Amino acid sequence: MSSPTPSTPAPEPTPPDTTSGATATAVADATTEAVVARGVERVFAGAKGAEVVALTGIELTVHAGEFVSLIGPSGCGKSTLLRLIADLDEPTAGEIRVFGRTAKQARIDQSYGIAFQQAGLLPWRSVAANIELPLQLHGADAATRRARVAELLDLVGLADFAKHYPDQLSGGMQQRVAIARSLAEQPRLLLMDEPFGALDEMTRERMQTELLRIRAETGAAVVFVTHSIPEAVYLSDRVVVMSPRPGRITDEIDVRLGDAADRGEDLREDAAFFAGVTAVREALHGAESAPAAGAARGVDVR
Amino acid sequence: MVGVLALAVLWELYKLVGPADGWLVGAQEGVTGSGIRLLPRTSDQAMPHTWDMVARVIEPVTRAQGALPLGVVVLLAALTSLGVAALGWLVGVVVGFALALLMLGFRIAERAVLPFVILSQTVPLIALAPLIRNWGSRLEFGAFSWESWMSVVIIASYLAFFPVAVGALRGLQSPDAAHLDLMRSYAAGWWTTLFRLRLPASVPFLIPALRLAAANAVVGTVVAEISVGFTGGIGRLILETAVAASSDPAKPWAPILGAVLLGLVAAGFVALLAAFLSPFRRQETVA
Ligand SMILES: Nc1ncnc2c1ncn2[C@@H]1O[C@H](COP(=O)(O)OP(=O)(O)OP(=O)(O)O)[C@@H](O)[C@H]1O
Ligand SMILES: [Mg+2]
Repeated sequence: MSSPTPSTPAPEPTPPDTTSGATATAVADATTEAVVARGVERVFAGAKGAEVVALTGIELTVHAGEFVSLIGPSGCGKSTLLRLIADLDEPTAGEIRVFGRTAKQARIDQSYGIAFQQAGLLPWRSVAANIELPLQLHGADAATRRARVAELLDLVGLADFAKHYPDQLSGGMQQRVAIARSLAEQPRLLLMDEPFGALDEMTRERMQTELLRIRAETGAAVVFVTHSIPEAVYLSDRVVVMSPRPGRITDEIDVRLGDAADRGEDLREDAAFFAGVTAVREALHGAESAPAAGAARGVDVR
Repeated sequence: MVGVLALAVLWELYKLVGPADGWLVGAQEGVTGSGIRLLPRTSDQAMPHTWDMVARVIEPVTRAQGALPLGVVVLLAALTSLGVAALGWLVGVVVGFALALLMLGFRIAERAVLPFVILSQTVPLIALAPLIRNWGSRLEFGAFSWESWMSVVIIASYLAFFPVAVGALRGLQSPDAAHLDLMRSYAAGWWTTLFRLRLPASVPFLIPALRLAAANAVVGTVVAEISVGFTGGIGRLILETAVAASSDPAKPWAPILGAVLLGLVAAGFVALLAAFLSPFRRQETVA
């Protein structure tokens, strides 16, 4: 079912010519792009024959292990793009490939894990049972499941809450369960749609740091939808700026504030961080005003 | 229990203060049956004392030698009816659920079947009972022959299936888009989604439907027994004892209490089922 990839993509300096099979696959994986979108368009049929162009001319490449944020004003098609990558929806034109396969095949092969803005836990299942849901659906045996669930609970810091039910958890805890669930099958691609959108600022910052740690430990590529400029800059290797009507990509900004593993809280006060925030903000505002009112308005917005 | 006691007290209180011949408006002198009776008569004939009713339960049914106490006869009849009602409930639940699944699986089925399901409940029971008995009596193959209790089961299930079909359909359709997306992202098929998501999610909708179905099955059984002519059940007993009311006013109340007891047992059974399914009744809290 799920591809048996090692969960740690060699943070320690492993010689590249190691003869072990596992390393060979890891190297092969590294050369495949996680997501490639070519000329993707999605048009929704609106009411009374009106058409909504949610996305047009999307060209996007996410490298294996890369953290990419999608940012843009409401309605610019961020969620739509994520759903297309996840094959929860189909493009009206263009194509999307995930790890070299079609999006549909990638979904069937369980190449990605997904988390939404709402945790979306099943209320009748305990925390542990929620996390093991994908494993159970794909026929993992009980012992494997138990071991993996214990591992994931440790990872998201909820080891004491395995037997609790979702209605007994805070919003932040529910979201951590959802993230653990999305990691259950060790996906090499993580799709997240505003996963911290419903959280307060403090919880949110802690979750961001945790996500960076988890990502460093798993080495997964992440496509992360957000509304928050600081969040995008803090987390990402690359920020993709989108603009609405029609939804399209207007800019891509490399941030790369350093290795995911050693990004600490103090990074939020770093000069490079502020530079990134400014760059993304300008890109966003430029994109917003460029087609309509011209450049004059975009500049003075801080 | 408190409710029963309160009812008994109210009953006796009314007997105490209410006029023995009720209260008539616009009655003409010397013309019996004229006027409108606004309050029921409180004579022992119409409203026997509660203790008389209780006492009557332990006395034999008839004066005949070796007759069983009325209470035992009522209990036996209630038990018979319970069996029939339970069977009717079960058939109704199975049919109702099957219809809900059909409507869930095929959009067209929902449009085609649902109006008929709703329409079916507008056919009065009284019209239906003789029909079913007639059809049933024509069925005969080999050793199998149609018995009148089977007609009662059919009628009870006819009343029971409706709330189940509607409730189950609503429940099965209740998971929100995010959960369905999640199942799709797991590449889960229709049946897996049904068992892992839709069925558990339907429980909060299903419990009230099952309760309503149980009540309907009991009422359907009691009424159908009378109109189909099935002897041995509580419905028939109500009819038989009602005839004796003029000479033995406390007697018909026993089977009526029996019918109430029947309803309570049915409700209790569903409550037990609900307790068993309680883990599935947890509500998701939106963070
Ligand atoms: N199922 C749908 N049917 C019709 N139109 C849709 C559908 N889903 C999205 N749209 C339209 O596509 C556009 C993009 O929607 P999308 O949800 O992708 O925006 P978004 O960038 O995620 O916005 P937000 O930041 O508010 O979540 C919107 O104009 C929306 O109205
Ligand atoms: Mg969105």
